[in-house]
Amino acid sequence: MSTITEIEAGIGTAESLDPRAAISVRGLRKTYGSFEAVSGVDFDIQPGEIVAFLGPNGAGKTTTVEILEGYRERTAGAVRVLGEDPATAPLLWRDRIGVVLQDSEIEPDLTARECVELYAGYHLHPRPVMETLELVGLTAKAGTRGSQLSGGQRRRLDVALALIGDPELVFLDEPTTGFDPSARRQAWDVIDGLRALGKTIFLTTHYMDEAERLADRIMVIARGAIVAEGSPATLAGRDTRPATVSFHLPEGVPVGALPDFLAEALTDDDGLIRFRTPEPLRDVGRLSRWADERGVDFPDLEVKRPNLEDIYLELTVEDSADR
Amino acid sequence: MGLVWHQFSFELRAFLRNRQARFFTVFLPILFLVIFVGVFGNHTIRLPSGARIKQSTYYIPALTALGIISAAFTNLVIAVVTQRESGILKRRRAAPIPAYVLILGRALVAVLLALFMTALMMGIGSIAYGATVPSHTIPGVAATAIVGALTFCSAGFAVSTFIRHADAAQPIVQITLLPLYFISGVFVAQSQIPSWLGNVASVFPVRHLSAALVHAYDPSTTGAGFSWSDLGVMGIWCVACLVVAIWRFSWSPRGS
Repeated sequence: MSTITEIEAGIGTAESLDPRAAISVRGLRKTYGSFEAVSGVDFDIQPGEIVAFLGPNGAGKTTTVEILEGYRERTAGAVRVLGEDPATAPLLWRDRIGVVLQDSEIEPDLTARECVELYAGYHLHPRPVMETLELVGLTAKAGTRGSQLSGGQRRRLDVALALIGDPELVFLDEPTTGFDPSARRQAWDVIDGLRALGKTIFLTTHYMDEAERLADRIMVIARGAIVAEGSPATLAGRDTRPATVSFHLPEGVPVGALPDFLAEALTDDDGLIRFRTPEPLRDVGRLSRWADERGVDFPDLEVKRPNLEDIYLELTVEDSADR
Repeated sequence: MGLVWHQFSFELRAFLRNRQARFFTVFLPILFLVIFVGVFGNHTIRLPSGARIKQSTYYIPALTALGIISAAFTNLVIAVVTQRESGILKRRRAAPIPAYVLILGRALVAVLLALFMTALMMGIGSIAYGATVPSHTIPGVAATAIVGALTFCSAGFAVSTFIRHADAAQPIVQITLLPLYFISGVFVAQSQIPSWLGNVASVFPVRHLSAALVHAYDPSTTGAGFSWSDLGVMGIWCVACLVVAIWRFSWSPRGS
């Protein structure tokens, strides 16, 4: 049934794939029994791009990534990764791809250096071992066994293993989950290093600040479908959305005394006035003149643009409510 | 083959570094040997052939079987389940190398460790307990050790597919093996086991490995010491387990 529908709609066919893209996906679907984990996803990722794939747990993130990596078979749709279909790609295709899995541990009884040497042996043209350890900031830990490394160090070793084959494309599935803030910043520096090397990076993450800091482009997946796509600054119209202005009224000034254009404003129990406006400068100016005339001030006045997290929560609100 | 060697050398290095693996694989069989010979060694027992030998002599080949099993089977099951459940196998699968390289690299460690354990246990038997394998049955001992190692290695890959958690691997394997050791002539001489229990044990490969090694140590054995029926049963187990292992093998964690 679904196949016929797709052919009629002209999606999910190999002809519509972008031949120049590092990753090209059309009409991707994956069902487990009656559950549809991914229900018709289309996107292209160009060489050299860093794309963040955001979504709540169970939204289809890891399923999509693992189909692209060749770990899972898709139910329907067309997929090309570096020009090959991951489901049928030859072994050497894997030489051009680096993978950091969501949860994989490090070989506990090998040192960091030996671990990288083991994986270097798997590849045709490996990067130099010590140079790769340096790239992820593990030079000082080269002789330390996997079981003795901290969580952040293990994750960086994971990244080193993904890079040792000098891949064109790197998949990072939640690379910093469980990190403390300083380990997260170190990991970001590593990914910045990959950008400098010109790698294409497909990153999944839960963290908005991570996506904002690292990605050229963000895709948000919810309930198996992409619900928004754009640069961190413009995602889901973030740049044109109304700003929120908030302030407390000084004592003795009743809410009713506020100018008319604030009739729609919300008032909290503790007297916090909040209103949304597409023209924050104009409205704050009017408010300022009104306050001047009465000789009052709003020392806690705040003008806030919607941040990425607000946008994300709004896009995925139904998913969160289910859980 | 160069890649298999590469994989083997790192797997072996990891094994040698792991204290728990060393203990269960190498020291536990030696410990059993010292204890069983110390407690029962002075008894005299009758072999299936009718020959009478000191029980200390009996224990050398019988516990060599345990050494082979702990190296080729126990250690392999724990290593494979742990690597699979912790995502190590899955990550290795992302590398551009054929699956057989990863499997053979690990299997080679198991088989060579089993052969090392054979030599070690027999060496201890000869030096400490004066139980020496007759020189004309050395080919039989070598062939039995190799067939046994391959069989239990194959069985290890098969059993690993049924265990879902790394923590469960050690207890499941030990609980499965201990009763078999008792009824298969490893801890207790075959002549002292009731025949119905012996018949149950005959289904499983443990008894055939120990019986084939005891046969080679039997002073009344003539020829090269091959026990063809025992080797045949192990061969059937080896092939059957290989089929199960290939059919059920998984690179990704099963527990999640």
